[in-house]
Amino acid sequence: MENLVEIKDVSFSYGFRPVLKSINMTVPRGKVVSIMGLSGCGKTTLLRLIAGALRPRRGEVRVNGRLVNRMRRRDLYAMRRKMGMLYQFGALFTDMSALENVAFQFREHTDLPEDMVRDLAMMKLNAVGLRGAHDMMPAELSGGMARRVALARAIALDPMLIMYDEPFTGLDPIAMGVIGNLLRRLNDTLGATSIVVTHDVQETLKLVDYVYFMADGAIVAQGTPDEIRKSKAPFVHQFVWGETDGPLPFHMPGAPYAADLGMKAAHV
Amino acid sequence: MFEQALNSLRGVGQKVVHGIWRLGYGSRFFLITLLRSGTSFRRLSLTIKEIYVAGVLSLIIIVVSGLFVGMVLGLQGYETLQKYGSSEAVGTLVALSLVRELGPVVAALLFASRAGSAMTAEIGLMKATEQISAMEMMAVDPVARVIGPRFWGGIISMPLLAAIFSAVGVFGGYLVAVVLIGVDAGAFWSQMQSAVDFRNDIVNGVIKSVVFGIAVTAIALFEGYDAPPTAEGVSGATTRTVVTSSLAILGLDFVLTAFMFRGV
Repeated sequence: MENLVEIKDVSFSYGFRPVLKSINMTVPRGKVVSIMGLSGCGKTTLLRLIAGALRPRRGEVRVNGRLVNRMRRRDLYAMRRKMGMLYQFGALFTDMSALENVAFQFREHTDLPEDMVRDLAMMKLNAVGLRGAHDMMPAELSGGMARRVALARAIALDPMLIMYDEPFTGLDPIAMGVIGNLLRRLNDTLGATSIVVTHDVQETLKLVDYVYFMADGAIVAQGTPDEIRKSKAPFVHQFVWGETDGPLPFHMPGAPYAADLGMKAAHV
Repeated sequence: MFEQALNSLRGVGQKVVHGIWRLGYGSRFFLITLLRSGTSFRRLSLTIKEIYVAGVLSLIIIVVSGLFVGMVLGLQGYETLQKYGSSEAVGTLVALSLVRELGPVVAALLFASRAGSAMTAEIGLMKATEQISAMEMMAVDPVARVIGPRFWGGIISMPLLAAIFSAVGVFGGYLVAVVLIGVDAGAFWSQMQSAVDFRNDIVNGVIKSVVFGIAVTAIALFEGYDAPPTAEGVSGATTRTVVTSSLAILGLDFVLTAFMFRGV
């Protein structure tokens, strides 16, 4: 099987509000694939569908050849042991130290002796450069450090698929570079496959293999980073170069301006 | 006019439907918590930690309140009883009031505002900061790992706290009636001993506190788990925990008392 994740014709809605409309996407093994788009365009929902936290209204989500949207809870949990997810703000357990956070999955899913759990967690922390912060609590860590500890936790069980939900949000340029490098390096050294949901275009284009662009719940463009940079498609151009106006208008549609200001012209 | 009346009627209807829906959702949550309680007993250290958080950390407020409630009961009881020349019965009055009613009820009200609100806020914030969904993503069931131990920790703590409240209250009554006012100590204790029945008074009080413990903990955990993941949502849920559990305690107390103390 060449593709680790295959999404075929997937639609999803929250209540009556459609969020994803007939999405098709593949993520080849060993690659880093990015899903880009504006906030609220359905990117995170797509990640949740891949992890089986949500079920699509229509279509198929396959991970490693298995149909995720029909899985029972037990199978879903078995599959998630082979997945890692990095949340937007880390989502570290606030009542545990950095080491305990990383050791969490070893304690929950294995019967390894205590000193081995500690060593393994230390090795994971070392991989993200934070062995020295092992006894710090999440509240004592900076934003970038918390994100790195969360990354160490996400790769604890050497997952086949690592998902990143907005990994660069709120980070300074140095921390952003560190997370970006780690993301690529961990993917390649672990032999994993990564999906990065983000809207930090420039940082992401430097390190991913393929990009999907989403707008309004649909995929509007896709390609390698070079193709994306050169793209003449109006939406991609506006997004990549951060232009204020374009296919996505600056103004949200609403009543005529004059009418909102209560001026007579509105009645004409 | 007609339109307005229709709208307010619609509003009432919506609230009722919403309330019933939440009640159903809450009951389902309660049932799932019970079904997935295995972890709480297999890994006792998790539950013991929650007993510490919910029970041991509530001790100060329980002990201080118990002492004062007992002392006030001693004062008021003595005032009234001495008019009828039976001031020695103050021990009975203090003990029966505490063991039957005030112990379980006041301890439960304090437990709801001290431990219940903390549980709701903690779980609500865990949800808001995605810790709960991170746990699910790591193939760990949050109901079994987070909710279960807190549920059993609360249920085990509550009767113990109520018992401590009553014991300290009796001691407070003793301080006021015997040490301060000078009621005969022998009469104080012996009347208490002969009047308080183990089955009818103490066991019934313990049953009450267990029921209140289940109600408060279940409400607190459900409100936290169901809280919208925002600052406003968590604060609203915390308030609802205290209000709903206080009303539940008082309502349940009436029902339990009506069944337990008929004709005793």
